[in-house]
Formats: sequence, C-alpha cells, structure tokens
Amino acid sequence: MIELVYSRATDASDAIRRAESENAKYLGGGTNLVDLMRESVEVPSALVDVTGLSAEIKETDDGGLMIGAATRNTAVAEHPVVRARYPMLTRAIVAGASAQIRNMATVGGNLLQRTRCTYFSDIDGSRCNKRSPGEGCDAIEGFNRNHAILGASPACIATHPSDMCVALAALDAIVHLRNASGERAVALCDLHRLPEDRPDLETVLEPGELITAVELPASAIAARSTYRKVRDRSSYAFALVSVAAALELDGGEIADARLALGGVAPKPWRAWHAEAALRGRPATKASFLEAADAELADARPLAGNAFKVGLARRTIAAVLQQLTEGARQ
Amino acid sequence: MPIIINSREMPVPADARVSLLDFVREHLELYGTKKGCNQGACGACTVLVDGERILACLALAVQYDGREVTTIEGLANDGALHPLQQAFIDHDGFQCGYCTPGQICSAVGMAHEVARGVPSHVTDDLATTEIALNHDELRERMSGNLCRCGAQNGIVDAIAEIYAGPGA
Repeated sequence: MIELVYSRATDASDAIRRAESENAKYLGGGTNLVDLMRESVEVPSALVDVTGLSAEIKETDDGGLMIGAATRNTAVAEHPVVRARYPMLTRAIVAGASAQIRNMATVGGNLLQRTRCTYFSDIDGSRCNKRSPGEGCDAIEGFNRNHAILGASPACIATHPSDMCVALAALDAIVHLRNASGERAVALCDLHRLPEDRPDLETVLEPGELITAVELPASAIAARSTYRKVRDRSSYAFALVSVAAALELDGGEIADARLALGGVAPKPWRAWHAEAALRGRPATKASFLEAADAELADARPLAGNAFKVGLARRTIAAVLQQLTEGARQ
Repeated sequence: MPIIINSREMPVPADARVSLLDFVREHLELYGTKKGCNQGACGACTVLVDGERILACLALAVQYDGREVTTIEGLANDGALHPLQQAFIDHDGFQCGYCTPGQICSAVGMAHEVARGVPSHVTDDLATTEIALNHDELRERMSGNLCRCGAQNGIVDAIAEIYAGPGA
C-alpha cells in the first residue's frame, strides 16, 4: 500500500515546512483532491491540511477585500460586502456545484481544482497529456462537447471548471502566494497557464508554493455586475458557457466594461478583446454582438462543441443587455 | 482529539484515506448514511458537521477531528422521529429510500442556511437576508440531492411542510 501521511498546518509557514516532503499536496475541503485520489489520478504521499489557515474576509485600506485562502465558498458568497460591491462573485459561487460542496470547498482549492474532462480522470481507459505528458489526447477526436473553443492546443482541449474564478478574473483579483523564500502576488488572470505543449503545468505556482489569500481591489464598476451560467440542466452542472460581466454607462454610451468567460477555455478567460471593443460604443445589442465577435474571432471549435461559439456570442450579448436595462431602471 | 458522531466521541481512523462516509458506515456501523456515487455527484451521503451540510464521501474523516457530526441516526430524539422524517412519511417522500437520509440531512442544513440569509442561484435580490423558501428556492437549494425513483414532488412537499412559508 502506498504511504500517506496526513498532518494539519497551524499557520502558513508551518504548512510550507510540512509540504517540503516530496509529492506533498495541500488539502483544502477535499472536494476535488479526495475524488482524484480515489481514482488514482492524484497519488500524493503527504497531505498538509490547510483548512485551519486564514478564513477571514477583511476590508483593505484601499476599499477592497482580502479573503483568506481557507475561506469556504459559501462564506464568500454570503458576505455582505461581496453581495453589495461584487455581486458577480456571489452569483458565480452560488451557480457552482451544490450547497454541500460550497460549504466544504475553500477559495484556494477552488483556484487549483482540476479539469472535469472525463478523459483526464479515466486513468485506465484514456490517453491524456495533462495526466501523462506526451501520451496523447483522446478528447480531440473523442466526445468533446464540453471542451474548449479558446486557448486550447493540439496537446489539450480541457476546460477550467471553476465559476468563482471567472468572476475573479473579471474583478482583477490578486492571488497572494507564499513559499519558503518569501511572498509574492500574481494577478488571477496570470495564475493559470495555457496548455501549449505542457498541459500538465496548469499554474505559475512554484513547487510547495501556497495560496494564502485572494484580494479583490476596490472596484466601482463591480457594483453593477452579474454572472450568467448556461448548462445542460438548470442546477448542479458544469458550465457549457458562462459570462461574468460588469458595465459602466455614461448616458447611452459604454464608459467601461469587464468581461470574462467560463466553460470555453483552459483557464478563466478574461475577454480583453471584447472589453476594448465595448469602450466608447453605444450600449446597444449591435455593439454587444460586435464585441462578442471580437473575442470569439480566435475560437477554434471541434466536432462536438461548435455550438459554444454561437452560445457564447448570444450569452455575452444577453448579459450586457441585462446590465444595460438594470442601469436604466 | 476525537470526532463526535451523534454526540458520541470516536477516535479518528489511523488511515488518513478513510472517508467520513466509510468511517460512519464501515467503522461505526451507522448504515443510515448512504454511498451513492462516492464522487460528490448525488448527495446520498450528506451529513451535518457543526450543523452545516457536507458530503461525507469527499471528506476525509481525519479532517473532522474535534468536529461534531450528525448523521440521520442522530436526528431522531429518544426514538421520536425528527419532524422532517415524519413529513417524508406523510408525503410519500421516497420510493426506494436510498436517497432519503441524505435528502433529510440536506434539508435540515438548508433550513439553517435560509435562516442565515445565504443567497442561492435563484435569489433575485442579493441585498436581502430574508429568504422566502418558495417553490424555486426550495428546488434550487436541494439540487445537490438526486432522487432517481421520481419522488421529488413528495420530497419537496415534505420539506415545504416543515420549512417553507406560504407559496411554496
């Protein structure tokens, strides 16, 4: 039997010290890691439980929020400041998983959850470059209805499954990291890597590096924001397409916008092209569709998921329309 | 520290791989909590930890050291059924019964969340913490518990009788 050592960290430096052993993993709520261990996709030899680390949500001096990495997803969603100032984040979290899972899952763990590509978890039956680099990808010629249309590579077409991260991408969230040599901060948009030829490397984290907090900068635009998720059933399913959006209007004109997409890419997808296309344009359906087209121009659909291009286009336009109408009420 | 299961202190298992679900079923012989999918997709293993609903299949028992776990066996009081258990009987809230313990524990946890004002996917106004547990709210909040017999209407009626306001 493979050895597995479990220990509970008392603080961040204790966690980092405990994770120095080879093949150690930080353990949050366990909602993804425990499942993957059962499937032998993840085979750690040590688990360092970090659920006892900071789970505080504190207002920062410059009007933002600092969310401890061990905060449970439910606690973020129900926080009064998140609801009032960053509504898209509450909407994104409560659109994900089930209440039971949101009560368990931590913020740090949500960021680092693995893809739900079924070929990735099918260890005995499928080839997967993310699981076994260089082996090949059975999804590309396989059942790829749920897979990526943006940012994928010939090595991997898996999507990032998080809803919360899509809102965090749109909100310019900052991820605070720590390891034995010190601390650093990385934009959420830069935390996850695109697969290119190394889909096994999913983030820019160094070995043993620990997520300690996620910071939301002050954001006036975020007060008028929302999240819409399109899925195969109305609840408890992963996104086919999701849209996190915030809009600031000046009369009938778009002064500023934030837009990010889920379900369509290997990472939470900040829609920079669409945002640029929206600024200064009239807040009309034509502008919204044009912006969506600007973002989706690079889409590379596969046999099973071409529908996502049109679905993403319509969902982007519908969400921006909803925010526009809300603003005019 | 021990883990407290239905008010009884139990030593945590030596093997860190033992899930909370296998711990209560196979080590403590509390067979009320059910193993459905064993991968977090069905809700049959829902238990309460310090009053909050979680999935016991995705929880490692060692992580719940010092915490208070309530399974379906812990809801009845001195042989008297929990009101929600009685409501499930009254409303035919089950057919095969396999999802029932998870449904009931989940609904008890849900009621705490509603009382606390936790918003759901169908809550229109995020500013309010007064949640009316209407038709849509109840179904959305219970979506993590699947029933494959088709007893959903009875399940919803039972939960509504105990926890919902008018209009559910």
